[in-house]
Amino acid sequence: MIEVKGVRKSFGDLEVLKGIDLVVEKGEVISVIGASGSGKSTMLYCVNALESIDSGHIIVDGVDVHSRDTNVNRLRTNIGMVFQQWNSFPHLTTLENVALAPRIVLGKSKQEALEIARKQLEHVGLVDKLDVYPSRMSGGQQQRLAIARALAMEPNYMLFDEVTSALDPELVGEVLDTLRLLSDEGMSMIVVTHEIGFARDVSDRVAYFHEGKIEELGPPSQVLDNPESQQTRKFLANVR
Amino acid sequence: MTMEVAVLAMLLGVLLGLALAMVRMSGNRSVTWFAVGWIELARNTPALLQLFFFGFGLGAFGLHLSPFMIVLCGLSFNNAGYLAETFRGGFNAVPPTQLKAARSLGMTLGQSYIRIVIPQVLRVVYHPMTNQMVWSVLMSSLAMLVGYRELAGETQFLASKTYRIFEFFLVAAVIYYLMVKLILVGSRLLSWRLFRY
Amino acid sequence: MGSSSVFTGFQFSDLGFLAEAAGRTLLISALAISIGTFLGCIFGWILSVTRVVGDATLGVVLDVFRSVPLIIQLILFYNFFPIIGFDLNPFAAGTVVLVFYTSALVAAVVRGGISATPSATRRAARSLGMTYWQDLRYIVWPIGLRAVLPSWAGVALGVLKDSALVSVLGYVELLRASQILITRTQEPFLILIIVGAFYFALSFPISRLTARLERTWQYD
Ligand SMILES: Nc1ncnc2c1ncn2[C@@H]1O[C@H](COP(=O)(O)OP(=O)(O)OP(=O)(O)O)[C@@H](O)[C@H]1O
Ligand SMILES: [Mg+2]
Repeated sequence: MIEVKGVRKSFGDLEVLKGIDLVVEKGEVISVIGASGSGKSTMLYCVNALESIDSGHIIVDGVDVHSRDTNVNRLRTNIGMVFQQWNSFPHLTTLENVALAPRIVLGKSKQEALEIARKQLEHVGLVDKLDVYPSRMSGGQQQRLAIARALAMEPNYMLFDEVTSALDPELVGEVLDTLRLLSDEGMSMIVVTHEIGFARDVSDRVAYFHEGKIEELGPPSQVLDNPESQQTRKFLANVR
Repeated sequence: MTMEVAVLAMLLGVLLGLALAMVRMSGNRSVTWFAVGWIELARNTPALLQLFFFGFGLGAFGLHLSPFMIVLCGLSFNNAGYLAETFRGGFNAVPPTQLKAARSLGMTLGQSYIRIVIPQVLRVVYHPMTNQMVWSVLMSSLAMLVGYRELAGETQFLASKTYRIFEFFLVAAVIYYLMVKLILVGSRLLSWRLFRY
Repeated sequence: MGSSSVFTGFQFSDLGFLAEAAGRTLLISALAISIGTFLGCIFGWILSVTRVVGDATLGVVLDVFRSVPLIIQLILFYNFFPIIGFDLNPFAAGTVVLVFYTSALVAAVVRGGISATPSATRRAARSLGMTYWQDLRYIVWPIGLRAVLPSWAGVALGVLKDSALVSVLGYVELLRASQILITRTQEPFLILIIVGAFYFALSFPISRLTARLERTWQYD
């Protein structure tokens, strides 16, 4: 379970998160929508301790993420993250990209790590690209590589930050299909996305972010189809 | 030997250059001015003048270095100044998101640098570093003006005895030319092995 | 008859001597850079047009200038003329060598600049009915100039500093002058600082300016 409780966060004078409360149950898929600059990415970074917080708590499987004596490296292996800009490591082949962290972070043997990597690449449909360098792959393939790389750590949670918004339209589908597959397998995920249709399909709940706050939170049928808030309605009208 | 001075000066230059680049990027004001001063002096004055500083200049304070040390210090000073800027450019060329991605997989800061950031920096700085190595070899010829008998010095020494200056320097020129080509070819071969992506 | 009669301290008039020498440094650098750049542009253009043939002939020759220490080039050239029974003064010999040295460096830069214009862009220009020369003048030149100017400035500053090597031929430019003064006054530190400051004052602003230009050009 991920519990986000009253989290506040500022960059200098700019308060980006103004008290966020959100609980992600085991196996739950939560989509996060909202305008650019509303703090969606920042919240994900805070959950993964890639950014600090000013007040509040984030607790993942009972571990306080921002407590002084939490081992953030161990914690991060439990939370996979995929970014908007595919961050494949350009100097490693596809297989090496995925096998590296299991070996040096989880301490698996080289053989085990390669085995895990192969399995995860098969999972996302990249078995035919094992020895290819990322520069030879399309954006969609690189993004699936990033997903496999995160999955190789066998995390309990996955965070996705607008993973399709830098892709060419014809490549969006293959990545969304991969996400759909994960959700069918019962992975707990927070998915920041602009794909409203996709959010409706896969999410258990949808959170609408507005200026650093969760304006509305509920099942897709409510938030996306019958929003209570004026703001949500305005946003959705613009997106469509 | 020319190669010995040039290679040693290059190694020292790499270490010092890395340190200077780190200091400069650290943004710590009290030490940044030192790094910037070094870098700009090395890049904006003649290399020969820098050698004179380590020769006559330090001599004025009663610090008399051996000719070998003068050349080594001078060339290292010069190499470090140029390489510091090369390294700074290299680190800036690796997107900060690479570090974030590595950290998000649970790698420590050290692991992230060693496995992810530095290999990518190396690729960016590899070509400029090769060029600097060539410069280092070419500059080592200045040693003849400081009295140290490396390749060029040796030939001048010989030439002054036999008065066949032209021939001797012609041989020196050929040897320098071959050394430079050797470095370039070696560097090309190594880069094929190192950078397959 | 102590050493004081031979070695006199640094005097005000010595500044004049240094200034005169600095003038010579500027003169020989300016000659080398202007003529060398002119030749370098022509060589670079020839290389880009002739490709493999050019690389195997002119390219190899120019490469020698970049692969042999300048100081050895100077000594070789200076000593070559007495052999064929012809005396060349240090200034002439230094200038000629620096000119070719500069042109070799500039040629490499120019060649890179010409290839900086993608062939698609050039084809587009030709498709609009531009002649080869119009394409060169209105398309390749402005694009290449931006790509090339920072590296060219680097070459020019390099030549300014490398001109110090002409001192080995006995030409009294700035560095040679400083050596003479050091021998007489025995105040190396002061003199080296004055001379260093001169080179720095010339080189630093230009390198800063080109770095700034390079940055602004990247963003538009
Ligand atoms: N490291 C930082 N330093 C300063 N300000 C930042 C930093 N990171 C984010 N911000 C600011 O915080 C605000 C929220 O950013 P965030 O990236 O969380 O928005 P977002 O909802 O993810 O938007 P988008 O849809 O564009 O990704 C923005 O105004 C951004 O400029
Ligand atoms: Mg974002």
